[in-house]
Amino acid sequence: MSTVVETHDHGLHGPAKGLTRWLFTTNHKDIGTLYLWFSCLMLFIGGSMAMVIRAELFQPGLQIIQPEFFNQMTTNHGLIMVFGVIMPAFVGLANWMIPMQIGAPDMALPRLNNLSFWLLPMAFGILLSTLFMPEGGPNFGWTFYAPLSTTYAPSTVNFFIFSVHIMGISSILGSINIITTIFNMRAPGMTLMKMPLFVWSWLITAYLLIAVMPVLAGVVTMMLMDINFGTSFFNAGGGGDPVLFQHVFWFFGHPEVYIMILPAFGIASHIIETFSRKPIFGYTSMVYAMSSIAILSFVVWAHHMFTVGMPLAGELFFMYSTMLIAIPTGVKVFNWIATMYKGSISFETPMLFAIAFVALFTIGGFSGLMLAIVPADFQYHDTYFVVAHFHYVLVPGSLFGIIAGVYYWLPKWTGNMYDETLGQLHFWLTFVSVNLTFFPMHFVGLAGMPRRYPDYALQFADFNMIISVGSFLFGISQLLLVFIVIKSIRAGKKAKPEVWEGSGELGLEWTLESPAPYHTFTVQPEVK
Amino acid sequence: MSEQEYYIPNGTYWPIVGSIGISTLFVGFANLMHDVSWGGSVMALGFVIVVFMMFGWLGQVVNESVSGTYNNQVDRSFRWGMSWFIFSEVMFFAAFFGALFYARALSVPWLGGADNNIFTPELWSGFSATWNQVAFSTPGTVLQSGVEMSVPTTLVDTWGLPALNTALLLLSGVTLTFAHHALRAGHRDQIIGWMVATIALGLAFLGFQIAEYGHAYHDGLKLTSGIYGSTFYMLTGFHGFHVTVGAIMLTVILYRVQKGHFDDKNHFAFEGVAWYWHFVDVVWLGLFIFVYWL
Repeated sequence: MSTVVETHDHGLHGPAKGLTRWLFTTNHKDIGTLYLWFSCLMLFIGGSMAMVIRAELFQPGLQIIQPEFFNQMTTNHGLIMVFGVIMPAFVGLANWMIPMQIGAPDMALPRLNNLSFWLLPMAFGILLSTLFMPEGGPNFGWTFYAPLSTTYAPSTVNFFIFSVHIMGISSILGSINIITTIFNMRAPGMTLMKMPLFVWSWLITAYLLIAVMPVLAGVVTMMLMDINFGTSFFNAGGGGDPVLFQHVFWFFGHPEVYIMILPAFGIASHIIETFSRKPIFGYTSMVYAMSSIAILSFVVWAHHMFTVGMPLAGELFFMYSTMLIAIPTGVKVFNWIATMYKGSISFETPMLFAIAFVALFTIGGFSGLMLAIVPADFQYHDTYFVVAHFHYVLVPGSLFGIIAGVYYWLPKWTGNMYDETLGQLHFWLTFVSVNLTFFPMHFVGLAGMPRRYPDYALQFADFNMIISVGSFLFGISQLLLVFIVIKSIRAGKKAKPEVWEGSGELGLEWTLESPAPYHTFTVQPEVK
Repeated sequence: MSEQEYYIPNGTYWPIVGSIGISTLFVGFANLMHDVSWGGSVMALGFVIVVFMMFGWLGQVVNESVSGTYNNQVDRSFRWGMSWFIFSEVMFFAAFFGALFYARALSVPWLGGADNNIFTPELWSGFSATWNQVAFSTPGTVLQSGVEMSVPTTLVDTWGLPALNTALLLLSGVTLTFAHHALRAGHRDQIIGWMVATIALGLAFLGFQIAEYGHAYHDGLKLTSGIYGSTFYMLTGFHGFHVTVGAIMLTVILYRVQKGHFDDKNHFAFEGVAWYWHFVDVVWLGLFIFVYWL
């Protein structure tokens, strides 16, 4: 395959040497790798912040850190996990897998791809630098509600705003690239309804990103103007309204939460069909379900603000539209289970994570349905029940999806199988500790423990101790993942082109040798 | 190169230069906001790096395009990319239009006592919830930045400069379309004429917009004039910025037309800029209707 590349002037023979390979690269695999390692680094930085939070909450009372610093930890933990871990990890997987799954040599706009990645370290460098400034970093929660983030914010909020701008530019450029790749680079014969579901999930995700990241840029720009230039967007004294902030933010924020789960849907679909040795049940309905979820995500945003004081008609509209989302989500869960039904299932590590994903994400979905009910939400709002809900969809949801995808495709990337025994150990440690961490949060939340406080009433002490122990175990277990990945990069049983039994018929990526060549397809493959 | 073979560009340092430039620009801006002495210089340096990157990166792309390196697939990628970029711009403006509609339809009437908000007259006597009057009825209000609200003496006249500007921009869309037709027919002199007309109309628009800002500012309508001033200046300001960028892009295209870079089939850069110009046009129509007129 490399001979084809060498015949014209513009192709590279292979990776460049040294640091310039990573700084100047236009190769989708290199950039995917950069995204994934960046995300991994951020996982441990954001994770350490969670450890600080859990250490402080191990017992009631203030032991380790001051409330001001606690607020910075919760805020930065949220921002880093959302924008620095989940999103870059999915973009990394998209970079690696989309060209391979659609039969393309690379992304459609490879130089733009480099810019998209290299903006991210800059953005997070700026964000993290605020923690070392005299006034401290952002402390207003990852949702940065005005006026907490405007009138009452530390002055470092300007650095936060620009860091969000840079992340936004990165996401928009990355998404433009992904959509363009999917629309323009598919191999002949690969019609839209023959595309792998991961590609479909990313097509929809990228569309959502391009639609809402500019709105986030808009809302932080309004903040910037209110803080520095005397505008009144979020200031009732000038005819504006702090609630406007929440509306604009959540118009971004709700599609954003689907941005963080849809690619995991795609990954789970591939893994479940591979290890059930059956093609996915209801491919078409999977596509329509994801599309409906994406469209509905634009009309449900105010369910995050039921207690803000909205007209009754608004509360009812957003309650019912939110509940509607349970239908396409239910279709997807049904299809995954129907794929496994009468399948010849084997339980390798990716499959374990995928099954856990289906089960635990569903728990998060059900608690979401509870939160959608307006009168019930009045009770649950801003309690640990909400924390339990979104951690169930983001950790055993999105993060498990990412980890499953990493195990599933790792042999294709490195050419070596990972250590299955260690993988199983990693799964069971993670599975137990994730539930130990997040399940009791439902109980303390229903009992009334509010979120974002460094202290709590005595009756919550036992459950909080369990939660903290679970979270430490969860944090330490993830070191095992890094070890397994590095071990597989360095050595291991050689992987065949078709890494998993029978996967050769499930996607173009399994027709390539392992590791995949530096430029995936230099001549268009035919898809029947 | 053949249609079945893919084009893959080589590695390049321009993206990393761009990333450094953008970050430098923002870090400088943030420090400027913090009254750090070197903030402004660093921001300017970042801006210079970004401009340098634009010249370098796009120059490289132009050279590759002119030397015939690209195939139809690359051309289509550029088209998809530009379309989705414009969509992202639409959504950016949507955020500010959303703020405008929310303030006009909901928050200002609520402040004025709509929906049985019986406390308003008690807390805030003399407040008028009529959209245009908001800035007039809140004298002496101190904003959160510590600045007193600026109370305008007159409102912007819809059928003066704004109406003229609407006509100018719409006309520039027409002249640009003529230029496109001339390009497809291969009449280079006509293209240049229509392009010059388009750019001139754009610059005239910008000139009148600056003049109008001058009037408004002189009459006390400022960013600090409450939500009316905020939405007015942010929407028209971002639009004016986009017109400026569009005019610069049109000028580059004019230069490239003179250099003979385009033929009747191969002229994506021209079309991409034309799409952008029409997008800016449509945004202005929204502005004219919802900011100036209704």
